[in-house]
Amino acid sequence: MNIKHHLDEATLVSYTAGSMSQAMALVVACHISMCPVCRDRVHDSEAIGGMLLESLNPAPVSDDSLAQILACLDEEPDLNTQLEAKRVETSIAKNKQWLATHSDIPRPLDDYIGDSLENVEWKRIVPGVYYHDLPCKTERRGASRLLRIAPGKAMLPHSHDGNELTLILRGSYTDEIGRFTAGDIADLDNEIQHQPLVDSSEDCICLIATDAPLKFSTLLGKIVQPMTGF
Amino acid sequence: MENKPPGDDMDNVAVMQQPEGPQVWNSMLSDLAETKDKALYVKLFRHFAPKVKAYIIRLGLVETTAEELMQETMLSVWRKAHLYNASKAAASTWIFTLARNQSIDRMRKQKYPEYSLEAWQEGGHEEQHEGPGEEQDVCEQAVTSDRMAKVISQLPEDQAQVIYMSFYEGRSHSDISERLGVPLGSVKSRIRLASEKIKMMWRDDV
Ligand SMILES: [Zn+2]
Repeated sequence: MNIKHHLDEATLVSYTAGSMSQAMALVVACHISMCPVCRDRVHDSEAIGGMLLESLNPAPVSDDSLAQILACLDEEPDLNTQLEAKRVETSIAKNKQWLATHSDIPRPLDDYIGDSLENVEWKRIVPGVYYHDLPCKTERRGASRLLRIAPGKAMLPHSHDGNELTLILRGSYTDEIGRFTAGDIADLDNEIQHQPLVDSSEDCICLIATDAPLKFSTLLGKIVQPMTGF
Repeated sequence: MENKPPGDDMDNVAVMQQPEGPQVWNSMLSDLAETKDKALYVKLFRHFAPKVKAYIIRLGLVETTAEELMQETMLSVWRKAHLYNASKAAASTWIFTLARNQSIDRMRKQKYPEYSLEAWQEGGHEEQHEGPGEEQDVCEQAVTSDRMAKVISQLPEDQAQVIYMSFYEGRSHSDISERLGVPLGSVKSRIRLASEKIKMMWRDDV
């Protein structure tokens, strides 16, 4: 995978700080899991979190807390550790398997849609354009969904109220910024207007999240116009 | 919240706590995984638990919840210690991510999307990518807490502010933009500049 379009530094910081919507964080986590470059960058951002944690003035901790935890460790000395180790082992094995099978979805997404794009239930917007909503809770604003767009179709030119993240999972598109293929992420804010045109021979499937839900649904309503009629 | 100038926050920074430097905590946490030594755990708890709790309170959770989440975080320090890799991150960095995930999972009742938990432990698919990352990780560990405080204090006020609002208050870009009455684009460029400056200072400072 040859990734050319990466996350904005401000987006990485927000993800690391835990300060972005669930929907946006999902897209970020997916890109990071596919992109060694951003994986290194996120480790650096996490170090900022560590630094800030270290520099906090300590809050008084209840006298019982430590005693309670120690009692907890005594009661089930190894059970939870073993369970945790088991969980991690499974996770690592799954990761290896995932790499070996060249799964078509990034790992963080399999909590949401299972292990393949083939099993996604699509809803049609207009011919050639389908979507699938992801169950991200929206205590904070924001929404995320998968979009599947047929070759030769383009979205209407649009801008956004807030941030918009688009991760390409399959196929490709081209817009004013460049060409986006699998693994690439378009990390845009409201200052950018673009009109993506699907230029792959297969359907382009992407994972999209925004932190401005209202505009997002408006956008979806008129999202794609056929370039070649139907 | 009222947006305190960074100077105010600097008064709260605990600089004198650990003359030994953070490397001590890194090796202590590594040893804990090996030995499961409760005495080591108690030391780590005394140092980190109050900071973890302070962090959770700053995120806006009430005292009792903060205490509870701190306990869960510190329990997972014990349970997940074998995942910690001192060559990848400082103990404080690793514990920060645990505390962050615990807090978010609780606030949202949904698991925070993690890119890969086990990336902490082994190279995984990162083998093919070596080089600049290594070097930066070393930098990070050489940073002592008073140096960290210095780094933050050297940021322009408007940049330190957006970093605090992101990490300590969990505010999104658009939330910060609304609160400060500053366009989204400016919030992002402040964060970008701050982050790049911090990383640059780490590199220069070692
Ligand atoms: Zn990347």
